[in-house]
Amino acid sequence: MFSFFSDILQYQFVLNAFWAALLVSVAAGIVGSYIVARRLVFFSGGITHASFGGIGIAYYLGLNPIFGATVFAVITAFGVEALSNKFRVREDSAIGILWSVGMAIGVFFVFLTPGYAPNLMSFLFGSILTVSKQDIYLLLGLDIVMISFFTIFFRPILYLAFDPNFARTQKVPEKLFTYILKAFLAMTIVLSIRLVGIILLISLLTIPPTIANLFTKKFKNIIYTSIIVGFIGSLVGLLISYGLNVPSGATIILSLVFIFLVARFFRFIKEKINNNQYKL
Amino acid sequence: MSKILEISSASVGYDDELILRDVNFVISDFDFVGVIGPNGGGKTTLLKLILGELKPQKGTIEYLELNSNETLFGYLPQVVSIDKKFPISVLEVVLSGLLGRNGIGGRYSTQDKRMALDLLDRMGIKNLKDKVIGELSGGQMQRVFLSRALVSHPRLLILDEPNTFVDNKFEKELYELLKELNKEMAIIMVSHDLGTITSHVKTIACVNRHLHYHPSNLITTEQLAAYDCPIQIIAHGPVPHTVLTKH
Repeated sequence: MFSFFSDILQYQFVLNAFWAALLVSVAAGIVGSYIVARRLVFFSGGITHASFGGIGIAYYLGLNPIFGATVFAVITAFGVEALSNKFRVREDSAIGILWSVGMAIGVFFVFLTPGYAPNLMSFLFGSILTVSKQDIYLLLGLDIVMISFFTIFFRPILYLAFDPNFARTQKVPEKLFTYILKAFLAMTIVLSIRLVGIILLISLLTIPPTIANLFTKKFKNIIYTSIIVGFIGSLVGLLISYGLNVPSGATIILSLVFIFLVARFFRFIKEKINNNQYKL
Repeated sequence: MSKILEISSASVGYDDELILRDVNFVISDFDFVGVIGPNGGGKTTLLKLILGELKPQKGTIEYLELNSNETLFGYLPQVVSIDKKFPISVLEVVLSGLLGRNGIGGRYSTQDKRMALDLLDRMGIKNLKDKVIGELSGGQMQRVFLSRALVSHPRLLILDEPNTFVDNKFEKELYELLKELNKEMAIIMVSHDLGTITSHVKTIACVNRHLHYHPSNLITTEQLAAYDCPIQIIAHGPVPHTVLTKH
């Protein structure tokens, strides 16, 4: 067992994967807690899948796929509102449309690209092999910016999410905050693609806060717990992925689901015990 | 006694549609104004104008100048369906009423927290301070939102239909509480329910595209008709009942 760890730590890509798992857990924990609390999960799913369009175009043009994904993620994050306001499309329909349009553009351009696109599967399902030093630095930068923003403006973020009508009367710049949070969401999604892939990303955002919510109902504690749970799940998933040679995304999500089931079971036992005490 | 705000010949509305025309209205310290009028007549628009969310397209609105540690408004919005699962505690909701005064990057002092807890105590729900807001009953929730409006010690308390979705017991307590609060601050309250309003407010504003100020809490059907202010009148008897106008 020890030799297994000392073995794998020799490789740079394993170290990169470790750092990526840690840094993604922080970003996903913060953003995930926010989208779960605000019920923006479907919206986030739309951004995630639409970003594939950018990846496809970037492949075709020979650009950095992460760059393409960023452009599409940001366009979708802001496009949903524009589509529902200016073109009077219902919001959830607008999300659904952009979701599949993005995927369609992605598939279209990938197939137009001459030759075989070897890393495509890794964008759909995640691959630890593709995490680069540059990704790590970008993630680190995003984490620092997001932690600072959430620390300084925790209260307005919370109150705006809970009751925007009242927050407005308290001089919270609603538009600006909404834009910043959407940008954080888009960036977190794009930079998490390497680790778990487009198809599985939404679980990375939603499972940790769901587990946290079993034990705490304070927004701040949900964020902290989500980060820790996300990190444990990612780490376990990465080890299994390395051991069994399967895509990291699948093993990370399955690890998180396993943690959820165990946590739910403990919660169930705890409730039983509490109820019995009450009866006596 | 000083004027808290003064609206002079203001017209206000959205983009191309004017909702309220030529409004003249003054609120001074210790006023207790009931705002009545039909749905769509502009009651909410009036509140938005007062709160500064809508700017007058014509005319002006002027506010009393305050020191930086004073707050002009406490606002109790109309009950909207809140997300029952939203992870926010009762105490956090009350403290959010200080956001405007403390600034969006501000922190709460121990005194702020004590003030919030005192208010919850006064409302009889201090024991619920750590509960998630969604676990509370309708009446308890309104108490929390009222505490949120009061925590900054506003000069003017603005209430939008505070008696919807609450039980009769809370409604009675609410009016007694408002009477107490009126000794410290001015109150403006929007309501559908003229019967209850007239027994608690000092003056009435009828809002139906225009604003007619009625400097008394007694108002007759004829006056309402003259003000072009068709509303439901609820009379109080041994059995709660609703009396409808002839039609």
